[in-house]
Amino acid sequence: MTTTAELLKGAAELFPDEVVTRAHVRHLDLPGGVGRFALITLDNGLDHTKPTTFGPQSLAHLDAAIDQVEQEASDGTIVGVGITGKPFIFAVGADLKGVELLKRHEDAYAIGKGGHDVFKRLSSLAVPTFAYYNGAAMGGGVEVGLHCTYRTVSKAVPAFSLPEVFLGLVPGWGGCVLLPNLIGADRAVSVVIENSLNQNRQLKGAQVFELGIADALFEGADFLEQSLTWTASVLGGGTEVVRAEVDRGEAWDQAVARGRAIADSKVHGAAPAAYRALEIIAAAKNGDLREGFEAESRALADLIMGGELRSGIYAFNLVQKRAKRPAGAPDKSLARPVTKVGVVGAGLMASQLALLFARRLEVPVVLTDIDQERVDKGVGYVHGEIDKLLLKGRVNQDKANRLKGLVSGSLDKAAAFGDADFVIEAVFEEMGVKQQVFAEVEAAVPAHAILATNTSSLSVSEMASKLKHPERVVGFHFFNPVAVLPLLEIVRAERTDDASLATAFAVAKSLKKTAVLVKDAPAFVVNRVLTRFMGEVQNVIDEGTPIEVAEKAVQPLGLPMSPLELLELVGPAIGLHVSETLHGAFPDRFTVSPNLAAVVKAGKRGFYTHDSGKPELDPEVLALLKQGDTVLTEEQARERVLDAVAQEIGLMLDEGVVAEAQDIDLCLITGAGWPFHLGGVTPYLDRAGVSERVNGKRFLAPGIASVPA
Amino acid sequence: MPRTARDVVFVDGVRTPFGKAGPKGIYHETRADDMVVNCIRELLRRNPDLDPARIDEVALAATTQIGDQGLTLGRTAGILAGLPQSVPGYSVDRMCAGAMTAVTNVAGGVSFGAYDIAVAGGVEHMGRHPMGEGVDPNPRFVSEKLVDESALFMGMTAENLHDRLPHITKRRADEYAVRSQEKAAKAYANGKIQADLVPVSVRRTNAEAGETGWGLATADEPMRPGTTLENLASLKTPFRPHGRVTAGNAAGLNDGATASLIAAEDVARELGLPVKMRLVAYSFAGVEPEVMGIGPVPATEKALARAGLSIDDIGLFEINEAFAVQVLSLLDHYGIADDDPRVNQYGGAIAFGHPLASSGVRLMTQLARQFEEQPDVRYGITTMCVGFGMGGTVIWENPHFEGAGK
Repeated sequence: MTTTAELLKGAAELFPDEVVTRAHVRHLDLPGGVGRFALITLDNGLDHTKPTTFGPQSLAHLDAAIDQVEQEASDGTIVGVGITGKPFIFAVGADLKGVELLKRHEDAYAIGKGGHDVFKRLSSLAVPTFAYYNGAAMGGGVEVGLHCTYRTVSKAVPAFSLPEVFLGLVPGWGGCVLLPNLIGADRAVSVVIENSLNQNRQLKGAQVFELGIADALFEGADFLEQSLTWTASVLGGGTEVVRAEVDRGEAWDQAVARGRAIADSKVHGAAPAAYRALEIIAAAKNGDLREGFEAESRALADLIMGGELRSGIYAFNLVQKRAKRPAGAPDKSLARPVTKVGVVGAGLMASQLALLFARRLEVPVVLTDIDQERVDKGVGYVHGEIDKLLLKGRVNQDKANRLKGLVSGSLDKAAAFGDADFVIEAVFEEMGVKQQVFAEVEAAVPAHAILATNTSSLSVSEMASKLKHPERVVGFHFFNPVAVLPLLEIVRAERTDDASLATAFAVAKSLKKTAVLVKDAPAFVVNRVLTRFMGEVQNVIDEGTPIEVAEKAVQPLGLPMSPLELLELVGPAIGLHVSETLHGAFPDRFTVSPNLAAVVKAGKRGFYTHDSGKPELDPEVLALLKQGDTVLTEEQARERVLDAVAQEIGLMLDEGVVAEAQDIDLCLITGAGWPFHLGGVTPYLDRAGVSERVNGKRFLAPGIASVPA
Repeated sequence: MPRTARDVVFVDGVRTPFGKAGPKGIYHETRADDMVVNCIRELLRRNPDLDPARIDEVALAATTQIGDQGLTLGRTAGILAGLPQSVPGYSVDRMCAGAMTAVTNVAGGVSFGAYDIAVAGGVEHMGRHPMGEGVDPNPRFVSEKLVDESALFMGMTAENLHDRLPHITKRRADEYAVRSQEKAAKAYANGKIQADLVPVSVRRTNAEAGETGWGLATADEPMRPGTTLENLASLKTPFRPHGRVTAGNAAGLNDGATASLIAAEDVARELGLPVKMRLVAYSFAGVEPEVMGIGPVPATEKALARAGLSIDDIGLFEINEAFAVQVLSLLDHYGIADDDPRVNQYGGAIAFGHPLASSGVRLMTQLARQFEEQPDVRYGITTMCVGFGMGGTVIWENPHFEGAGK
């Protein structure tokens, strides 16, 4: 039989670059003369910007620390054992870099088993154990505390979660089993499933206490002192810890059913992690920890060796790392300061942009339009939105006053933009209009000012071509709703210079947007992929496949809504317009659907009615449709659509629209809400063999968003 | 408008355990502001009937007001402690008598009617802020012989005091020091000290200093129970060859913080707060800087005169033991025996340590405990010497006094 130490040693050899967390054992006298106490501090020796994690060597250090305190406990030289973290951080779980390197099922299993073997020792010492959640705690960090007899939490804890399901794993070091047995299955489902699938929502310290995960809550100022004083009181008999009884009846099954419904609504069965976690939670009802831990280790190993987890980690790295260092962006030292912003147009999009610039850059923003009424309406919209923020408590009165003071309107571009550093236009999508606007703006602005366009489909290079200084023009394509979707496609036109581009990226960063550098190609990234995708779905329908079949065919992609629901959100007229534009650019691949044109002509807002409360196909729309007689099965329809998407992305990469496939996925995740847990779309296309079939090669090398060879 | 001076009372006082300054000390990686914040929070926890919004002032002392002891500590520590933003604060400096001065300052304000309740305390982290850090003495002090060059070095001033009072020998100082350690150990054994200590979490990352990770300071680190005359006789005299002042008969270099609640007596009674001591009088006095240890003598004379009391009225003494010679100079002045049981019953700074600006409140907290135990005593004093030639004395009345003895 392999010992824990051997198991961890083997795992450590696979992960030589681990940032090792030490487990320092220090002794102290508890207040009130209660006795000698051993306190373990988890610390990776770095500051709070590099949170403490667990890899194999870290687990071995904790194991050794527990060896020491176990001996002291059985010798009777200590009365209790505590565990806490370095300042601001408790521990944030397993080191994902190590997980990415695992190639064999048995190695993945060893990580799960190793964690269990170490952590569960904390529940079987000769003395009680205490976890003091002093700061951020996630995943394995939360779990190590769950194995302790008691827990306290700081009110100052900003983030506490079991994010495994979000990434494509299960809480596999005790979380699935211990949490429902501690706080009941329903609350456990909220933490493990609901929060995780809700963009990895975090709990605050007070909520951790309210949920019953922690037995006591103390303020940040003297959290550890008060936790140790409380510990002394618990050990001395002055404080009795009372926990709510866990309902092991029907409530448990209902909780699991609720979890399944949440998973269905979020991932539509397209990712296994949530369902695996729910199976373990369901089985944990009988309170058998040993069996539960074994199920966790098996689930971890299966998921680590599956593509979905690798896709989840891939997506995590995209939004956490690649998004912060956009591929191809010029040196940021070239960026010029932006101290005033101009917005041409005062329509809804322009007003949203004005609000965003004012809130994030906190510099004056001037809206211009062709008449006073429009200008007033635009400024009025922004001021109204600021009032809403004030009502919601998102800004205080002083900040609201400041923001309102920053946003003004003008009819006189020369006066309004004379000292602007950055002017963005959001006027009607027509080349002649945009060129005219840019010419007027150029006449008004200082020499260094950047001219940006929010165009979604026009050529930025052409827009710049008639200016005296085309080098200062960039595309700045936002996604609607601007305040919600993080993506910003930054378009480098033919003559855009590095300083202008660097300034655009610096502005994007201040706006807290995920900026991706794209080439000046028709419809850039998101709209091109989406239009090809929707166009192919429409083609399949037009040729004769029933709408229901076509809609269902793409469900495994785990999209936030079906293609026709998306069409309804975008508006059929806009969808049609974009398909026409792209048809103009690439007539052999992008079609213009006569059925869609008929729907638009009839003034319909979509294919569905919502009168019954749920979407039903509108009979009036059905009457408009002229379908062929080629009826595809779901599989055939899916193949058609996926082939089209794979082909289009392959061509975009060949054209150099973006640097790498990673950027396509980053765009789809942050600009179109494509599924995080699938890593966007290229990992799925690789895994399903579509890329190979259509393009003769994968998008991503083996080991990227997949198990390494 | 007619004005009535109000009686001022000492409601409560707490302190951190004191630590040894330096890389191996328990507080080496602990911030000074966090230490005093702990004290303020402990005062609020111990007095749950006090609405923090009723606090009218936070006066905190530190000698070296830079870094974690700077930034108007009374204000910043109040915010860090979670006091309402409406509670103001400021910083105080009178070197060793900083906390004592914070108390007398706010007491004056209470008596005048400007405050009902105030927090007063101090902190000195001599490990992070060694004595003399950042000082820039005016060259005129030396060129015009305004003070002797030894005036800036406290140990030298203590040697100077031995010169002035040659009957106070090194042996007497050492004997006094041994007794201080014995009394402190006994007070600990009897649980007299611990009740007013607030534990402080302490981090250590340097393995050379001991076990690493988080720990908890729950007892004074400098104490040396079991110290003997023989131990002390062998110590070096760092301030002068063949001198008399040693690390054994003086307080060390220490880290620590204290805080107290000072209130108008009527307000304290109305709110149901404890009344542990009643302020009778206070005085500060100046002496030649090169013999600053004699400062308590004129300060005490002045305070007694203002109170209309004589030394015979004083039943308990809490004298800060910066140096044994300085305590003995006061006792000799009044003809009090070196081992008089009224003096420093729990031992003093030679055993517990003397984190400069924090010590004044430690004296008060200990005197308050002794008042509670000895209702036959009516008056007590807290007194201390101060760098650059000063002394400070506060006379307190025991509210538990039953009229039996003095």
